[in-house]
Amino acid sequence: MKQILEGSRAIALTIKNIRPAVISAYPITPQTHIVEDLAKFKADGEADYEYVRAESEFAAASIVEGASGAGVRVYTATSSQGLLLMTEVVYNIAGMRLPVVMTCANRGVSAPITIWNDQQDVMTVRDAGWILLFAENHQEAVDQHIMAYKIAELLNLPVMVNVDGFVLTHTYDSVIVPDAKQIKKYLPDYKPEKGTYLDPDNPVTLGAFASPAHYMEIRQELHQDLIASADVIKKEYENYHKIIKTADGKQIKNQKSKIKNLTFNIDNGLVEYYGAINPDIIIIAMGSVVGTIKDVIDKNENAGVLKIKCFRPFPADEILKTIKNAKYIAVLDKSISLGEMGPLASDIKAAAQGKTKAKIQSFIAGLGGRDITGEMIEKIIKEVKRGDDKVKFIAN
Amino acid sequence: MFQIRIHGRGGQGVVTAAELIAIAAFNDGKHSQAFPSFGVERTGAPIEAYARIDNKPIRTREHVYKPNVLIIQDATLLGVIDVAHGADKNTIVIVNTAKPESQVKELGINLPGKNIHLIDATKIALEIIGKNLANTVILGAFAKTTSLVSFKSLEKAIKQKFGEKGEEIVNKNIKAIEKAYNF
Repeated sequence: MKQILEGSRAIALTIKNIRPAVISAYPITPQTHIVEDLAKFKADGEADYEYVRAESEFAAASIVEGASGAGVRVYTATSSQGLLLMTEVVYNIAGMRLPVVMTCANRGVSAPITIWNDQQDVMTVRDAGWILLFAENHQEAVDQHIMAYKIAELLNLPVMVNVDGFVLTHTYDSVIVPDAKQIKKYLPDYKPEKGTYLDPDNPVTLGAFASPAHYMEIRQELHQDLIASADVIKKEYENYHKIIKTADGKQIKNQKSKIKNLTFNIDNGLVEYYGAINPDIIIIAMGSVVGTIKDVIDKNENAGVLKIKCFRPFPADEILKTIKNAKYIAVLDKSISLGEMGPLASDIKAAAQGKTKAKIQSFIAGLGGRDITGEMIEKIIKEVKRGDDKVKFIAN
Repeated sequence: MFQIRIHGRGGQGVVTAAELIAIAAFNDGKHSQAFPSFGVERTGAPIEAYARIDNKPIRTREHVYKPNVLIIQDATLLGVIDVAHGADKNTIVIVNTAKPESQVKELGINLPGKNIHLIDATKIALEIIGKNLANTVILGAFAKTTSLVSFKSLEKAIKQKFGEKGEEIVNKNIKAIEKAYNF
């Protein structure tokens, strides 16, 4: 059933229907509404998970890490400084191969103090070994959370679903939240194999000491598994939309019937392309800003937007296939690797060397809650034709 | 696409009003969206919230810069901030004020007078709800002057949004909206 909901509530209802056993969190704007709702479901007797309000984000992450280590489905959510405080545990969760799912309500990082949206927070844990998904709208956020658990539990890899703070968390929009019964058809109960979790009858050690003789191979294996997860993410995207019909699924069908060109009809678990076939200009971006870009693309005949839904593992093949013949490529980051360029631009540049006709240009916009307008996107379309190598800040 | 911008102050339910518009439009079978100009919402500080209504899915996330409808919940903002920025000669303006229509020019809104509608929503709120909560009341005038949402859907939206607060609050709000609708 289609409803109109605040983004946070849509996510909270989805998590309730996924039925984790343990939720632990510490409130931080703009994530707060999600965990408030989850705490209320529990208090009202609508849910039977253990809800632990931690004394800090470090504790919240540690609690879900421990619970996941004990073999149950877990959930946490955070933002900004909260994620930074979790960092040590975030690395440990991936290193121990725990299928933790977390929502990051993306927000800028201090100083100066900001409570507003950008995507700097997640960039600080980019290299931690998590699968990083980004949602454009409410429906994608709901769908990605459900898929996240499936992927995490299949592969023993943690997944973070990134939703733009305020822009998605505090906005009312229409969405279909699948009920617990529907979700169960796609996502079975979590039953980890004996000997893989903490159990007094089958003792194991998780996250043990590794000497120089072993550490490197363990890290290499994590890297390879993360790379290999791309295929599973694509497969699960197909599976999900076969089993659970949400608005997103319908849109995919409509789009597919119209465009026959496979390169420019790409919409899988990793990326989505929208716009002209064989465009001169391609803008690449992540998250809610893609909606604003799509409206601008409709007014520009020779342009398209490539949405990155999955930032780690990095979908280099998918990206290159779409952008290789474009004349101009603009990458819009809502974060910056200070002293370098936008992190997404830098990754695409690394993947593209010698394989694209156009140079990859880095544009930074929307830092600390600055509204990204259609006019700014038009400006990027103009600027990218100048072919400069400098990182450009699009402020107004 | 119709774009609505609401101006008010922290604590006056500016964001709730935008959400109610979106819920009512959704109830009418339209696509809609509502969001605040995300701020640190201190009581009394000037605040904006936005709503959009369309017949097709709404994708843009930018703030409302060119409103089709402006709702001014607190007339003391006039002259303090440029509430009319981005509005044009067709923008419909609804102002909560005790001033009669004959004094519309005194408000200093630089838009055609025929599009400016005045309603003493505070008075209606105090009379019927018993509190100075004019945000829902103005929506009655909004539904009447713009026809962007039906009264029935607005009534349903109030029940959906305030249901948890109890029947009395729901009924008082609906009664107040009705009075503003027939103003």
